[in-house]
Amino acid sequence: MASFGFVVLYSAAGGSLTPWAGLHMIRFLVFLSMAIVFSRLKENFWKAIAFPVYIIVVIMLLGVELIGAVGGGSQRWLNLGFIRIQPSELMKPAIILAVARFYDLLPAGQIRTWAAIWPLLVLLAFPCALILLQPDLGTTITVVAGAMTVAFLAGLPMRLFIGGAAAVAVIAPLAFFFALEEYQQRRVTTFLNPENDPLGAGYHISQSKIAIGSGGIFGKGFLNGTQSHLDYLPEGHTDFVFATMAEEWGLMGGVAVLTGFFLLFRWGLGVAMKAKTRFSQLLAAGLSTTIFFYVAINLMMVMGLAPVVGIPLPFLSHGGSSMMTIMICIGILMAIDRHPGRRSGTFG
Amino acid sequence: MSIGGGKTISGAVQALTFSRRATVIGGLQAGIGVLLAGRMAYISVAENERYQLLSESNRVNLTLVPPRRGWLIDRNGKPIANNKTDFRVDLIPDRMRDKDKTVATLAQLLTLDQEEVDRINKELTQASSFQPVQVATGLDWEKFAAVSVRLPDLPGVSPRQGFSRFYPTGAAVGHLVGYVGIASAEDYKENPDPILVTPGYKIGKDGLEKTFEDRLQGKPGAKRVEVTARGKIVRELDSRPDTPGKALQLTLDIDLQEYAARRLGPESGSVVVMDCETGDILTMTSMPSFDPNSFSDGIGQTEYGMLRDDDHVPLRDKSLKGLFPPGSTIKPMVSLALLRAGIDPEETVSCPGGLRVGNRFFNCHSTHGSVNMKRANAQSCDTYFYKMALRIGYDAIALMARELGLGAKYDLPVASQSYGTVPDTQWIKKRHEREWANFDTVNSAIGQGFFLSNPLQLCVMTARMASGRKLEAKLLSDEKPASAPPLDISPEHLSYVREAMSEVVNGVGTARRARLPIEDIKLGGKTGTAQVVSLKYGRGGRDVPWKFRDHGLFVCFAPVDNPRYAASVVIQHGGGSSSAYPVARDVLTFLYDREQAMEKLLAMEESWGGTISERMDRQLAAYRAQKELEKAIAEGRVPPPQADTNGEGSAAEVGQ
Repeated sequence: MASFGFVVLYSAAGGSLTPWAGLHMIRFLVFLSMAIVFSRLKENFWKAIAFPVYIIVVIMLLGVELIGAVGGGSQRWLNLGFIRIQPSELMKPAIILAVARFYDLLPAGQIRTWAAIWPLLVLLAFPCALILLQPDLGTTITVVAGAMTVAFLAGLPMRLFIGGAAAVAVIAPLAFFFALEEYQQRRVTTFLNPENDPLGAGYHISQSKIAIGSGGIFGKGFLNGTQSHLDYLPEGHTDFVFATMAEEWGLMGGVAVLTGFFLLFRWGLGVAMKAKTRFSQLLAAGLSTTIFFYVAINLMMVMGLAPVVGIPLPFLSHGGSSMMTIMICIGILMAIDRHPGRRSGTFG
Repeated sequence: MSIGGGKTISGAVQALTFSRRATVIGGLQAGIGVLLAGRMAYISVAENERYQLLSESNRVNLTLVPPRRGWLIDRNGKPIANNKTDFRVDLIPDRMRDKDKTVATLAQLLTLDQEEVDRINKELTQASSFQPVQVATGLDWEKFAAVSVRLPDLPGVSPRQGFSRFYPTGAAVGHLVGYVGIASAEDYKENPDPILVTPGYKIGKDGLEKTFEDRLQGKPGAKRVEVTARGKIVRELDSRPDTPGKALQLTLDIDLQEYAARRLGPESGSVVVMDCETGDILTMTSMPSFDPNSFSDGIGQTEYGMLRDDDHVPLRDKSLKGLFPPGSTIKPMVSLALLRAGIDPEETVSCPGGLRVGNRFFNCHSTHGSVNMKRANAQSCDTYFYKMALRIGYDAIALMARELGLGAKYDLPVASQSYGTVPDTQWIKKRHEREWANFDTVNSAIGQGFFLSNPLQLCVMTARMASGRKLEAKLLSDEKPASAPPLDISPEHLSYVREAMSEVVNGVGTARRARLPIEDIKLGGKTGTAQVVSLKYGRGGRDVPWKFRDHGLFVCFAPVDNPRYAASVVIQHGGGSSSAYPVARDVLTFLYDREQAMEKLLAMEESWGGTISERMDRQLAAYRAQKELEKAIAEGRVPPPQADTNGEGSAAEVGQ
């Protein structure tokens, strides 16, 4: 919890640079209270809602597609009147819940059988297909990666993962040429060589690196970032918030943020290790890994190690849906931390 | 069915697997974390300098301030071209977001007409992204402010306060001075200096503005400003003022130049006036002309179309590039050649109205009876010159013509000059691959046939005859006045010819009406009428269509006893020399009595329909209306007129 507090404090400091800070804090507090409510809920509740939540989110995704088809153009948002949410974001914790629940239900003896694999694929198929249709590759990858992590932890044979990785290595180039939309292809090629097109699609990466690089060790000082204040850095308050921060706080600030996240993940995995039921173990590990994916992909992107995919940085980026996802994850993690559960069920 | 190699899995094993694999994942995560930290350290420490530089170059924008161009001033220091404060608005294509909307907003704010909007849109599609496109110049403060306050909504729009070129006398100096304009893409490719694409920066495009570009240009100032990604200026960091270009003093008398241009009125023609002591060109005007102010602001398509379509060729400098048969104006020059060849000036020739040469009869314009050299000049008797030229041969005449500056290209700082032809036996072999014939001598002796000169050459010829010295035409007043050497011509011969020229005006000559209305100042001159079409169309007087009319020419100098000024006037299709000498008379009058000359001009301008710019504005309006009508007919909105009744009639009208 201490580490959590640290990250939150840091988020507030980073957030206050921008005019979005107020809303950011309000959202954070709202979702924090939601997380605290979640933390009071017991394991059985999560077990019970795992599949229903999954189904509801799939239906919401379907709804987005339908509205998008009717309204014309791609759509990611679902307007529920009082709140606009992005169901694909909600899918991230939902898939973890569902997969964790599935492996919890699966008898230990069957973990190396087909019975352990095909339901996973089915669980993944619907949301992935729907999110890809949006199209939102970044979220799809996060969803798949989250589910895979849970499956990995559940004890599926190592061979499958090695084989899978090999298959991805073969399929990825094919997918690049045949399955990706043109704008996605462009993002990948510009990522490989951003200086080719410094004012076009490589602009994001170049400017982000300039922001981080010009910050140096100690940064330009609070409120002195020129890249962000003069609008050179695109999306400086959302996806590229880390670059905004790094320009003003330098390497020190960056390391502090990384340390904060490190402590958060250590806590998350610690919760998983301490958890006494298989479901909560898998759930805790899966959720903290999901947050990890956010952080890792976002930071690799802003530092020019990964293509530009629209994934925000937890706690720092301005944006409601992702903050809600993160806080749901944190809330469930806190719930598991609070109720490690009794060794029971499969463990006999 | 087992896929796991048949191992039995129990819950305990599973828990073990979990913690083992969780450790793996934790390790992987820590590894990625270290990788990220390392990457960040690399970017921000090892490459810090490079990125700091990039960030600075992002933030700081070096804006060049176009230098003020050097003035062009006349011999008395009066401005021919200067700079006026100007509020302007430009577009920078690669910074624009929504082009259509931005242009529409500007059109509304600045009340641009459709033609301007079309031009802007066309230039926007043609211009390279870095090249500024001019929207409007010469704005008043209200409009300028209206655009300035809306800048945040108009990315790519650049309002500036600068200077723009101004030519106070407008069209009167168009051909000579040229104009300035935005550097073209080719200019930039040749010399990729960023000043070339700075809004408001103009380079000389024609005439003296082009020739003296280096001198007039000046050095740009610079301003370092902090800008946002959209180009909005946040604050000024520091600035260095511009160094204006050097002024250039010309030999012109701008008042005389303007007077001559106005005096030409609706005619198409040229007036050149030179100082007989120094060779200074006091006036070199060619009308109709274009207004260099409109060219320098970026001329509208319709206005350019009007200039291009006009049969009076306002885009051509007639003083330097208009070639005309000099006609009888070379007769004094031919007389000098005759005198040098030993012809007695008192020897008479009988003129029965022409001369038979071979099997052709060459007409004289009248039957003069018995004429000597003086009378032949005064009454412009062709027969005398036919006969005498045949006697001495044409090469002796051609030699004299060249000594007096005909057929020569002058060392003048102008963009180009056409220097015409002085035909002789060598020339005809080279050019036409035939032998010189007697009829060539006859034709050339009266300045017809192959003989071609430009008006400046005629003026130089007259100035040399008047001064007796080999004067060189001079346009820049800072050149050291080289004392011109005397001509290799006997002074007696020269004074005889000058007297003959005085006779033209003051005696029983062809230009008695050219006498100056000033006491004590006598004018000497020679008329010329250059045939345009063969005589079977009849004399090319005022009763034939404009393009068939004869050119009217007049060369003169004053005062006769101590020549100070020499002038040539050429009126294209003027219908004879009577169209030319009144102009010369009034222009020279202006040199001695401005008030009297102006009074005369104002009365004439009233009958012509106003000053040059008033008439040009009206012509443009008429042209625009006609284009509209043509467009309407082409689109079927208006029925075509029944019959074209004003084909040649309109030309005749203009020529009045």
